[in-house]
Amino acid sequence: MIDVALDVLSWILLVIGGACVLIGGIGGLRLPNFYTRIHAASLTDTMATILIFSGMMLQAGLSLATLKLFAIMLFLLLTGPTATYALANAALLSGLKPDAGTTSDKPKESSPE
Amino acid sequence: MIFIFGLFLLTLLVITAIAIVRTEDLFVAVMLTSIFSLLMAANFFILDAADVALTEAAVGAGVTTVIFLCALALTDDKEKPRQGSRWVTFSTVGVLALLIIYATFDKPRLGDPDAPVHQHIAPWYIEKTTEYIDIPNVVTAILSSFRGYDTLGEVFVVFAACIGVLFILGVSPPRKSRQVTEKNSGLRHHLIPQVVGRLLIPFIVLFGLYVQFHGEYSPGGGFQAGAIIATGVILYALLEGEAEALRAIPRGVLLGMVVGGALLYGGVGVACMFMGGAFLDYSVLAADPIFGQQLGILIIEAGVGMAVCGALLTIFHAFAAREILS
Repeated sequence: MIDVALDVLSWILLVIGGACVLIGGIGGLRLPNFYTRIHAASLTDTMATILIFSGMMLQAGLSLATLKLFAIMLFLLLTGPTATYALANAALLSGLKPDAGTTSDKPKESSPE
Repeated sequence: MIFIFGLFLLTLLVITAIAIVRTEDLFVAVMLTSIFSLLMAANFFILDAADVALTEAAVGAGVTTVIFLCALALTDDKEKPRQGSRWVTFSTVGVLALLIIYATFDKPRLGDPDAPVHQHIAPWYIEKTTEYIDIPNVVTAILSSFRGYDTLGEVFVVFAACIGVLFILGVSPPRKSRQVTEKNSGLRHHLIPQVVGRLLIPFIVLFGLYVQFHGEYSPGGGFQAGAIIATGVILYALLEGEAEALRAIPRGVLLGMVVGGALLYGGVGVACMFMGGAFLDYSVLAADPIFGQQLGILIIEAGVGMAVCGALLTIFHAFAAREILS
């Protein structure tokens, strides 16, 4: 019984995590300018990482694999936001003004990220 | 399932390759090359070649990208417009592609146990590894013992590449003094990357050492470990500035690692000859031939790791020092 409950819970986490990755991906493609795009990408870095790894840890049960998954999750949670910060900072330093509006910076940005 | 995933990865590889060719911005091309390597690593991994995947991820996606970026800092980041006709290029690539596609018709199915490559000498390696060397990772056994000459050659190639880069870039141009060094102090004023980097670097180096000394039991070995440790030191150089990294590991030590690693490998081979065996026949190193093999593999893997780590860092410093001076 408890096994089934854990399985269902882990799949719910995995599916929500997958949805977060998908939303992050769509956002990275559709949002108008650089800062909004890295905002979308950071969703993949944090929320999706936590959800997917929690789901996988529940799938793995109490084993060495769980510990490894936890270590990888910690690593990703530390590096992902740092990379996003470095990216935003580099953009700011190179003169790209943050703009809350919907103006596209397409001519400046030849490629997303 | 694996098949679909492989197809997905290969499609992404083709898309990335086309994007690399088409982009005019070299900065974008470098980033795409990094993505290409990462996809390639994933591809190797689903083909069960974990050792190669580790190398590709550490060297291809990690160190090479940084070295490319350092090189871009020395030149322009826009591609020069092409001159002349491209028909020669197109026709050469077209003919070669057709030949390769024609050749794939003879290729055995993926994972076919009757494929020639699985019939030739691989069964012998798999069978005899436990008898002669007794370590679980057959790849390490093949690389460092059965085919020790090849790996020695690879170490010498790394050594030669390092010397070559030093010959071209290592000489500092005389016209400018070193006063600009202070300006280029890495990301010292950025608190967040620095804190996170300081937290991560010890673990990266620790993981490198684990890959180095656990290579007989799990994927890994000298090449991967050297690249991973070099990545950790390069991260330190990016955060604290190149001068600080050179103070931590001076250039002399790096060169000593390159030369010492290659010498250690060759020296083990010569030691085997002095103890009555053939060149790189580790069985004579200890009273028990199996233990001798394991000892030899441990020592030469250490030599490989030293050489690779030293060479990658020397090349990185050669580019980075140039960047400060120019």
